[in-house]
Amino acid sequence: MTGTALAALGAAAAALLAAGFALGRVTARRAAGSGPDPGTPVERATFHTLHTASLAAPPLRAGLTEDTARKAARPLRSLLGTRALCLTDRVTVLAWDGIGADHHRERVMHRVGDVLESGRSQSVRTGCDDPECPLRWAVIAPLTGEEGVLGTLVAYGPGESAVLVRAATEVARWVSVQLELAELDCSRTRLIEAEIRALRAQISPHFIFNSLAAIASFVRTDPERARELLLEFADFTRYSFRRHGDFTHLADELRCIEQYLALAGARFGDRLKVTLQIAPEVLPVALPFLCLQPLVENAVKHGMEDAGRVCRVSISARDAGSEAVVTIEDDGVGMDPAELRRILAREADHSSGIGLSNVDERLRQVYGDDHGLVIETGVGAGMKITVRIPKYRAGVHSQPGGS
Amino acid sequence: MNQTYAVAAVACVVLATVLIGALGLRISRTTSDFYVASRTVNPGLNAAAISGEYLSAASFLGIAGLVLLQGPDMLWYPVGYTAGYLVLLVLVAAPLRRSGAYTLSDFAEARLESPAVRRLASLFVVGVGWLYLLPQLQGAGLTLEILTGAPDWFGGVLVAVVVTGAVAAGGMRSITFVQAFQYWLKLTALLVPALFLLAAWAGDDAPRARFDAPAVLRQHTEVRVDDTVRIDLDAPLSVAVAGTVDGIRHEGRQTTLEEGTHRVESGTTLTFPPGADIPERASTGADPAGWSQPLAGGGDGYQLYATYGLILATFLGTMGLPHVAVRFYTSPNGRAARRTTLVVLGLIGAFYLLPPVYGALGRIYAPELALTGDADAAVLVLPERMVGGLTGDLLGALLAGGAFAAFLSTASGLTISVAGVLTQDVLPSRGVRHFRLATVLAMAVPLAVSLVAADVPVADAVGLAFAVSASSFCPLLVLGIWWRRLTPPGAAAGLVTGGGTALTAVMATRAGLAPEGWPHTLMAWPAVWSVPLGFLTMILVSLVTPRHTPPGAAAILTRLHLPEDLAARPPCEGARR
Repeated sequence: MTGTALAALGAAAAALLAAGFALGRVTARRAAGSGPDPGTPVERATFHTLHTASLAAPPLRAGLTEDTARKAARPLRSLLGTRALCLTDRVTVLAWDGIGADHHRERVMHRVGDVLESGRSQSVRTGCDDPECPLRWAVIAPLTGEEGVLGTLVAYGPGESAVLVRAATEVARWVSVQLELAELDCSRTRLIEAEIRALRAQISPHFIFNSLAAIASFVRTDPERARELLLEFADFTRYSFRRHGDFTHLADELRCIEQYLALAGARFGDRLKVTLQIAPEVLPVALPFLCLQPLVENAVKHGMEDAGRVCRVSISARDAGSEAVVTIEDDGVGMDPAELRRILAREADHSSGIGLSNVDERLRQVYGDDHGLVIETGVGAGMKITVRIPKYRAGVHSQPGGS
Repeated sequence: MNQTYAVAAVACVVLATVLIGALGLRISRTTSDFYVASRTVNPGLNAAAISGEYLSAASFLGIAGLVLLQGPDMLWYPVGYTAGYLVLLVLVAAPLRRSGAYTLSDFAEARLESPAVRRLASLFVVGVGWLYLLPQLQGAGLTLEILTGAPDWFGGVLVAVVVTGAVAAGGMRSITFVQAFQYWLKLTALLVPALFLLAAWAGDDAPRARFDAPAVLRQHTEVRVDDTVRIDLDAPLSVAVAGTVDGIRHEGRQTTLEEGTHRVESGTTLTFPPGADIPERASTGADPAGWSQPLAGGGDGYQLYATYGLILATFLGTMGLPHVAVRFYTSPNGRAARRTTLVVLGLIGAFYLLPPVYGALGRIYAPELALTGDADAAVLVLPERMVGGLTGDLLGALLAGGAFAAFLSTASGLTISVAGVLTQDVLPSRGVRHFRLATVLAMAVPLAVSLVAADVPVADAVGLAFAVSASSFCPLLVLGIWWRRLTPPGAAAGLVTGGGTALTAVMATRAGLAPEGWPHTLMAWPAVWSVPLGFLTMILVSLVTPRHTPPGAAAILTRLHLPEDLAARPPCEGARR
């Protein structure tokens, strides 16, 4: 009995070992750790410097705040090899790493004023009253962004040293590059936000006109239906134009699609047939706001291009472990895959394209590159779009909708 | 027992599970009616699904077996299994849902903003999942062995193949319906035979079960001992022995065994006259039947300690079971999650009234199971024993189907959640194909272990998974939700110390490495010391690392505790993604 139990323990241990080995391989590949050949001392020093710099890069890429400065200060100090290092913005000290924070910290802002004005590095005496304090000289180097000086980097040393001045200036320049990249990231985000606004604006002209015309045609023949359609229209626009929150629930997005289809149905009548298959488990999934409705709109457009034919659109959302898989399929005119590729790469100027490429980009931005749109199509073969939405992703949580 | 009926019942359950899993969605939701299609899962359905997933072999077979073996002290098991949801309801359910987390590792990441803690939590999710899957597979083996005489590995392999196939092929699409169906099936399968059995018992002048004295055989009984056992006799016993006892071969002659301990070799058949006392199985540390011994008898200190160990593990462990946590994601909001938990309490409470009935009846009508170590089979053999005939066969088949539903539902729920964590955090890249691979992996490891590991009463084995879960996830969830100063290093240290030591103790006990006496009891019921250890480590390490408090802690706690429609809209963070 103990023998079999030991065998069980052995098997479990072997499985754990194998898992640990695989995990180690994966992380090793990712970290690109030191190989078998450590290289010459100079090479090793270079590797060490590059590694230290790479540790400071990720926090700086998020911009210059107290939190990121605190995380970046330690690797930057070990990069310079000084006893103390300080990062400031234009008004206050963001982070202090090393010794002497007790009596030097409050004086820093008096000394960096000139550098903030001029944007040039300076080497100054600290004028410390404590004779034991090794921080006698400070090198102050500016951190610049696109709009001038953002802050300073202050490195302390025991004496005046040209090497420290040079090194601190170079490190400050490197930090400035990272901060510019952070600004670039930020402006890219702003561009996408602007596109979402454009997407909301894009809904209006055609769709509003067509919907109102369709509703008008019911006003006399079927006033009750006209009233319902107007209410749908009101709800739809309220959802589409809502100002707050980047994320929504799948249930809310489906409600928006329902309103859209009700209005489209009023216009196209029996020519539009919709099939739904929704697993109730995935309705609470959070996803980027307005990322499915444009796909449905696209499907309806494709289906209706060939006038006089019945168009079938089917929408399904199913549960797949830690993901929800949404597919939107139509049997319309389809599209040439090469053309589609150009639309997604934003090379073609296509009227319906901006919806697709915008959705694709937002999905990739939020969930990573392996969660973009998967589109299967051909000329005359309809189109099938598949979206895989993770049930949880850090930072993705929906705010309650207006509906 | 009529094998044909039993096999047919098991086949029906498997077929129904797969069919509902694959087609349930299609039947109920293919419509162009948005109103029907986008209705969220209501608390009643979700609660039935949670109960269906939760009521495992340990509940269906194990509790009755333990009550038969050890008597009413074992009622702490059903009490604990149920009360765990009370703790979950009060402390965890709604905030966990509002966190938006799907798995427990998601919660760790959402609350602590640390990928490292997330990975650590994933390890524990997988560990607890595997510990919990193991007894399911072993229980399935036992059930099929008793029903059909198949070798004991066959049931486990069958469950593993059905579950892996269905999950990997995407056949569990409408998992909520499947699990809800399984709950009602299990309840029916236990309730209907229980009514018949109680009628038979009443017709038999309602004999009382005796738990304070050795059980008495009511009729001439042959007992075949499959594993070598040591038995303790308080008084000389006269039996007919065919086989080897104390190293002497007997050929079916009437023999009198003296007082003291005797060793009965495997393959021996003992024939008891009516009215004989069933001998007690002697307990040793490595003997699985001796596991819950401290809980029932033994020294007073042991008993009290083990009872507290069981109570702590089950009360606090439920919240950390991987398959329970993921089901709360289905609730549309925190309020619905709380309501769901309340209904779960009712459903599970109703269910747990039944297994003790089987245990008590088993003590009266099938006491020899205590000797052969197959006490978990009590539920299955009772109908044949008490009712007999066609009715008995049919009731037995119903119970067999219910038991199989228990293995299938718990195993599939666990496999899905373990596979989800494996795809997300262990396998290098994501995608549908990797989910299939992860499903196979999630099932292969416990299956392999179940084939080589010794059988342990299922309720005890499940108790071990509870102990690990209570020592690792309970501190993480409770402190994560209710204490704003929790830091990632604190959480990691608490997980490793609390969960790690519990896991080590549990593994050592399962491997039979624990020494006799107090050390064994301490290691077999680790929750008493490992849960406070986990909490203490988490709090102390968090207090000494205040600099690592996640920057968004206040915002996250606000989101966890305020109802969704009241939660303040956080300012748009443009620079972050």
